[in-house]
Amino acid sequence: MVQIVKPGILIDFVSKFKIAVTISLILIAVGIGHLIIKGPKLGIEFKGGTSIQIEFSKPIKVTELRNAIKNSKIFSDSRIQNIGNSNRRFIIYTKVSTSSTTKSIEDALKPLLEKKFGNTFKILEVDMVGPKIGKEFRDKGIIAIVLSLLAILIYISLRFQYRFAFGAILALIHDVLITVGFLSLFGYEFTLDVVAAILTIVGYSVNDTIVIFDRIREKVKSNRKLSNVEAINRGISETLSRTVLTAGTTLFVVLSLFFFGGHALKGMSFALLVGIISGTYSSIFIASPVLLLFKGPLIPEKKEEDSTDRFKQRIEYDLKQRGG
Amino acid sequence: MKTSTWVKLIIVLVVVAIFGAYTLPTFIGEKNAKYLSELLGGILPTQTINLGLDLKGGVHLVLEVETDKAVYAVLSRAANNLQQQLLQAKIAADKVIPSAKDATIKIYLVDKKDINKAINIIMSNFPNFKVISDGQPIVIQLKKQIVEKIKKQAVEQAINVIRNRVNQFGVTEPTVVRAGENHIVVDLPGIKNANRAVRLLGETARLELHLVDDSVSVADALNGKLPPDDEILYEIKRDPTTGEITKVPFVVKKEPVITGDMITNAQVRFGGPLNQPYVAFELNSQGAKIFANFTATHIGKRLAIVLDNVIYSAPVIQSRIGGGRGQITGNFTLEEAHDLALVLRSGSLPAPVKILQKVTIGPSLGKISIEKGRKAMIFGALAVILFMIFYYRLSGLLADIAMALNIIIIFGTMVMLNATLTLPGLAGIALTVGMAVDANVLIYERIREELLIGRSVHDAVNTGYARAFITILDANITTLIVALILYQFGSGPVKGFGITMAIGLLANIFTAVTFTKTVFDIVLEKFRPNRLSI
Repeated sequence: MVQIVKPGILIDFVSKFKIAVTISLILIAVGIGHLIIKGPKLGIEFKGGTSIQIEFSKPIKVTELRNAIKNSKIFSDSRIQNIGNSNRRFIIYTKVSTSSTTKSIEDALKPLLEKKFGNTFKILEVDMVGPKIGKEFRDKGIIAIVLSLLAILIYISLRFQYRFAFGAILALIHDVLITVGFLSLFGYEFTLDVVAAILTIVGYSVNDTIVIFDRIREKVKSNRKLSNVEAINRGISETLSRTVLTAGTTLFVVLSLFFFGGHALKGMSFALLVGIISGTYSSIFIASPVLLLFKGPLIPEKKEEDSTDRFKQRIEYDLKQRGG
Repeated sequence: MKTSTWVKLIIVLVVVAIFGAYTLPTFIGEKNAKYLSELLGGILPTQTINLGLDLKGGVHLVLEVETDKAVYAVLSRAANNLQQQLLQAKIAADKVIPSAKDATIKIYLVDKKDINKAINIIMSNFPNFKVISDGQPIVIQLKKQIVEKIKKQAVEQAINVIRNRVNQFGVTEPTVVRAGENHIVVDLPGIKNANRAVRLLGETARLELHLVDDSVSVADALNGKLPPDDEILYEIKRDPTTGEITKVPFVVKKEPVITGDMITNAQVRFGGPLNQPYVAFELNSQGAKIFANFTATHIGKRLAIVLDNVIYSAPVIQSRIGGGRGQITGNFTLEEAHDLALVLRSGSLPAPVKILQKVTIGPSLGKISIEKGRKAMIFGALAVILFMIFYYRLSGLLADIAMALNIIIIFGTMVMLNATLTLPGLAGIALTVGMAVDANVLIYERIREELLIGRSVHDAVNTGYARAFITILDANITTLIVALILYQFGSGPVKGFGITMAIGLLANIFTAVTFTKTVFDIVLEKFRPNRLSI
């Protein structure tokens, strides 16, 4: 049997909480600080503008491209990004957009490029977003994130006690902040895809947290004498191998998306990469210590049994009947 | 084997068969699928998965109908009408000014004593308005529900017109749908000349024939001596050799003789000394009658052909024109004439449209994206597959098969629902692959624990599945909530991400739990092993 985590191992996670929280706070402070000072780098779908992706049949220099377009009003303060390493594919970003159906930004670009490069290029993609709809996308993105957090808060409150819900939500906020901060630090743009990735992280992180909470609850119920600290340590330790394995398999895929998925999936997969690592870490080091912030037993003893317990009891009963 | 195991096995096989049949065409291509289906008597589906614009190339447009302008058109018509009526009632009005902002018309009377008389006319003849100020000026406002109605109709009509144009343009599988209050989303997959299509869809195409007012000199009109029922419009001439553009002003009557809604047909024809393309149009019976009468009484005058406030030509009426036929000449290229005929046939937009978002994706970029997405998925999946076998041996292989089944169900469901696969959707599938094995990891870890505390293989498996099930359910439901929110709030590609995740999570409960448990049950019952390859 191949094992990553030795069975029966008991690690004292609780004692490391202070260090962990400190590290998290520093990372968040650096990332969010960077975001606030530099301002968020919004993709054109959020702030409006036009991006044009072009491909040249032979490699060219970025400076040549810049010189070709810099005298035009539309492209004078545009940004040029080199995609891949071939020096053949570029994206030109400009803040200008047009709502006219008769004139297009790419029609303004074509003659500029033709003058300098002849017919050696083709336009692969044009993405133009007006400022008005940009605001709409921004609002929708924020609503979606807030709504997800709310829905999860409600779901966990229904399935667990309030303190668990509180822990899970704090962990989620931690993950979102870390991811957003890292995106800013590494110069990634906030696009719709990235928002989708952040929401996915929310789902993934809560998934991870629930598995651990489930085990902590099971520990408390099976042995009422267990102290809170011990229950938490055992809960995390016993699920540790699963936590590591799942993070591992998901990371395989996300890394593959990051390295092989091409330019279009870069931002999204980077966000997923950071979020999954953060989500795994926060389930252990953020969600669980929060449970200790509240006094008293983790699960009140006289509490009505919830449906899960009844279901589990039935299973135990079934097993006994079968002679297990 | 127990009956319950048989039932489970049959369910699993049926599911595999159904979803497999729907997934197959996407992987072997529509042609091969058709061939295969014919061999089997035509029972197999042959439809392949719908690719999003980001994978197939095409144009995605979000248009805004400027409904305020539709309201303004109604207001200015009413203002003109009111001015005429006041004139008939011998009430002198200084100015009658429509304003789109609050849907009002301000009426400045020369003599304050006429206010009551004017209000009486408004009250009896303009039921859609309410008087909100009876001083100087009189302010009347279009009723709110009328404004709403005009806006709603403008958007609906615009959708119809655009749909019409898209269909005539010849795009396969286009979508034209309303979004929000006054937005229209248009998807044109696989289109080559994107800008031409956009121009065509966005053209208001309001055709009007106006009488040229020869009683006023253009110079006077430009100096402000413009009669109140006249307006200045320009003819735009382009020199075919130098490309130079000249604007020629004309004074025309405000009230059009013929409007575009009277046009029933428009075609490209060739004629003239250079055999140039022009557009011939036909009018409906009402239009034909008006046209015949008008031309009969205005021989020798000029009639300006105005499209979207630009004069194309202003020919002299030589004789009465019966039969309701007319033509628009200009220095058209064949493509321009073709597009003009198309927009005239499909009707004019009730209000101008603006582009809010335009995404044009070339087909080659779509191919690159598919290639990269596929590569990333294969590498990711391969790593997961090998790792699972390495870590859990035969049980790991079983989890891998479950994961493959999950992918088949995702593709099959998407084909069945006619859902669209986008690039983020591909990422969603890849991610599901990573998370799909999570359920099995949870179960297997639990089984290992149960085995360690000395339970028999049979019991360890049953307890492992039972205990892990609740956790799996909890975990999948929370992620599902997020996927559904993504589907609801996302646009285009992101929606595709939400939908693949949602299907993947639901399928996961079946593949990772039901399917693998069935296999375990069969193995446990048939071979009664005392060791597990886990």
